[in-house]
Amino acid sequence: MEDFLYVGKDVPRTAEINKVTGRAVYIDELKRPGMLYGKILYSRYAHARIKSINTEKAKKLPGVKAVITGYDIPDVRVGFMEDQTVLKRDVVRQYRDEVAAVAATSREIAEEALDLIEVEYEELPAIFDPVEAMKPGAPLIHELDGHGRPVKSNVLPLRWTLNVGDVEKARRESAYVVKDSLTTPWINQCCLGTSGCVAEFDSVNNLTFYSQTNVIFGAKQRISRYFAKIGLKDKKIRVINPIVAGSFGTKLDTDIYEFICIQLALKTRRPVKIQFTREEEFRTLPPRQTTRFEIEQGCDKNGMLTFRKAEAILDNGAYTSWGATTPSVMMMPISSLYRVPNVYFNAVCVYTNNIYSQAMRGYGNPQASFAVEVSMDHLAEEAGIDAAEFRMKNRNRPGEVTPMGLKITTCPLDRCITTVKEKIGWDQKRGKKNGRGVGMASLIHVAGGARVYLSDGTGIRIKVDENGHVDVLSGSTDQGQGSQTVLAQIIAETIGFRPEDINIIFGDTALGLWDAGTHASRHTFIAGNAAIRAGEKVKRQILELAVEYVPKLLKSDFRKQKKKDPDFHEPELDFTLIDNPEKLDIKDRMIFAKKAPENPNFRIDVARVLNRALNVGNGESKTVMAEVFWDPPTQMLNSEMKGNWSCTYAFGTTGAEVEVDTETGEVKILKLVAAHDVGRAMNPTLVKGQIYGAAYIGVGFALTEKLQVVEGRVMNPNLRDYKVLTALDDIPVEAVIVEDPDPMGPYGAKGIGEPGLVPTAPAIANAIYDAIGIRFTDLPITPEKVLAAIRAKKQENQQRDA
Amino acid sequence: MKREIAFTLNNEEIAVEVEPNWTLLYLLREVLEMTGAKEGCGVGECGACTVIVDGNAISSCLYPVMEVEGKNVTTIEGLSKEDGTLHPLQQSFIENNGVQCGYCTSGMIMSAKALLDKNPDPTENDIRVSIAGNICRCTGYVQIVESIRKAAEKMKNT
Repeated sequence: MEDFLYVGKDVPRTAEINKVTGRAVYIDELKRPGMLYGKILYSRYAHARIKSINTEKAKKLPGVKAVITGYDIPDVRVGFMEDQTVLKRDVVRQYRDEVAAVAATSREIAEEALDLIEVEYEELPAIFDPVEAMKPGAPLIHELDGHGRPVKSNVLPLRWTLNVGDVEKARRESAYVVKDSLTTPWINQCCLGTSGCVAEFDSVNNLTFYSQTNVIFGAKQRISRYFAKIGLKDKKIRVINPIVAGSFGTKLDTDIYEFICIQLALKTRRPVKIQFTREEEFRTLPPRQTTRFEIEQGCDKNGMLTFRKAEAILDNGAYTSWGATTPSVMMMPISSLYRVPNVYFNAVCVYTNNIYSQAMRGYGNPQASFAVEVSMDHLAEEAGIDAAEFRMKNRNRPGEVTPMGLKITTCPLDRCITTVKEKIGWDQKRGKKNGRGVGMASLIHVAGGARVYLSDGTGIRIKVDENGHVDVLSGSTDQGQGSQTVLAQIIAETIGFRPEDINIIFGDTALGLWDAGTHASRHTFIAGNAAIRAGEKVKRQILELAVEYVPKLLKSDFRKQKKKDPDFHEPELDFTLIDNPEKLDIKDRMIFAKKAPENPNFRIDVARVLNRALNVGNGESKTVMAEVFWDPPTQMLNSEMKGNWSCTYAFGTTGAEVEVDTETGEVKILKLVAAHDVGRAMNPTLVKGQIYGAAYIGVGFALTEKLQVVEGRVMNPNLRDYKVLTALDDIPVEAVIVEDPDPMGPYGAKGIGEPGLVPTAPAIANAIYDAIGIRFTDLPITPEKVLAAIRAKKQENQQRDA
Repeated sequence: MKREIAFTLNNEEIAVEVEPNWTLLYLLREVLEMTGAKEGCGVGECGACTVIVDGNAISSCLYPVMEVEGKNVTTIEGLSKEDGTLHPLQQSFIENNGVQCGYCTSGMIMSAKALLDKNPDPTENDIRVSIAGNICRCTGYVQIVESIRKAAEKMKNT
């Protein structure tokens, strides 16, 4: 084990001290001089034609500075498929459709003005079930596509098909085959801070946009494209991140309210803020979409997987955001979790009049892994093999290339499975069917970036000033995971400073170099790699200056000492010990000679050298700064959906022990063990924080959370009826860090942002099956469903007995 | 019609004109510009706006401002010492990763402080009950509970 000073240590999150003193500035705290408050009027129908909009009364309300509708702004399309306009003026296709917007001197006035806007609608037939919407003859949600061409079907023209080997042949030759249907619900990401932004134009229409996006350059690009369409081409755009109060997928795309805010700022010539209420957050923020999976897989008589076939239907809602690309990630567990030679996957995203969807932590992987892992348990049972042993037999191994073309480098999945087995008491507890049960599930996820854009790169700039202070300008963002601390540790380790010497500045397109975004669990891996490379350059520059200036500093020190003390004798120093950068090193900001590390004369604070190098007085002053743009050597998925799109992949296994109350239907989680392959943990406490937090969201996904969308309308738009877990849902989670340093990872690290969520729900579902013999395939597994299933099973048994 | 109310805010006597329909959170955030208490929901369901009034942790988004007349209000801004030394709870949240995005943190710490002021030796269950009304989406509460437990231990031993 290498000896590190800061990497792998529990460095505290001192960089975020303002979060515990109440001084942190989130979007909700951000105020600009003369700022107005924007509010949006949403549709009253799931599908309707707008007959008229009257804003006259609203405009007359004192304090109202602008009221805009689709008739007041350019009628141009936005979004990934360009399938919507910013304000809708002809047809509304979902309850959250934005019909008008107001900017006023206070939130209260803006709200009052909304009530004064009169809109007449003519209701149209709506369709809420994606299966119905796919049928020939179903009413079309969109009659034209983004390019104005007629649309024939509600199925999005995105092809998500992977076909490797011969699934049909493999099925015929399999000894055991199982088939399951599984469904997952709408999930609201529930960031504790609601969505919001501030748009501010200068006098010549350059925009500063304060946005919570976790893809600042993506946001800038989208705004730039929008500007080109509305006559603001070449205006400067600066996107700035305040401190972000949670993301979980919600900040990937530029939302419509952000474009509206820009339009209101443009119209009023004043800064405008839009900040959602919690109810708005529930009603209008694109959630994780519902999915229906049909999955079939088989194995031979020895229990080796032969094929896996999965088909998914995703409810896209009325418009398209990044949620429609989650099948690319679903393919990963379908094709590459455990070794399976023949794979077929196909997913369709379908327009309906429901709320349009986005991505959420895991990006489709939680839904797909739920299907794969529940089915794995089913198949193990069918084949008469212990479910843990079945997984061990089929586990992934280092060096393999999966059917999707993923090149597995390190893979301690065996250790994850055995750790869970041991810690959950698998051999003692499995198979009792006495109301208590244990289950497990594993995962594979990208952990070394994800080439979803043509560049998966990141830029970093490190500068060290004459005081020895380090400012790091990174093009990425942090949404609460602790990137400041981890990046500071990595840089401190690389350049020989202390983490507290390092100030990380994220989230400003004007300061940072391009970055693909803090998504796909990529930040530590990608930014860490860039940071090491830039740090090495910075260190080299410092040591080169040290070679030049340390002898001069020492000589001037000696002269001064001699002045003070005539008896002072200059020590005889071997300057060849420091005559080359290779001979020097830095530790805790002190430069020293490698061959004489204890020699006090050669131990010099970096700040002294840099101060001396800057203040030379002869036109040759120097400063220390390095920048690196690093794009990992990975591939985009090709037209067959194959490609090694990440430098490395993370594995992990979660085990659950549950107790099912057969009287109330309640599922109590007695224990969760989450063993995760993290390469090398940069900061074990922070890594565990990611695992715990993700596991809890996973438990919510399994047991409690469901956005109730009834005929397109969100029926539980509050934290009382949408069941996020609280501290009273005391779930004993044990996070186990499994280390196997990754050769390409920064100091061996892999990404860990998303994995903790992924295997949680299937592990719980499998444990419930082990407890009561009922396989739940529809999330969340609520007490009502459990009770109904227990009753149905009883009846079935009675009928059979009779 | 504005009315003047007087109360103690973070050990300082203050008098301020308020509209009777304001909430305490509105006064704190919009008028006094003390934005440590957060508005996560505005309807008393998330706990991000928790402050302490006369020793009890309350949701300031529901608390009528007229009710604070003559009372003693402590917010997150009043926890650290004048020289900037953090309260043990604040320190513990930083050290034990009780903070991620930080939006629930002010409320969590105030709920925990109200608990520790009354019960310096809480069980894990006491801690969980004290923050039952504070929702956190990032941490799974594990390291928050640990932060509070460790702060309690530290406060007991000093």
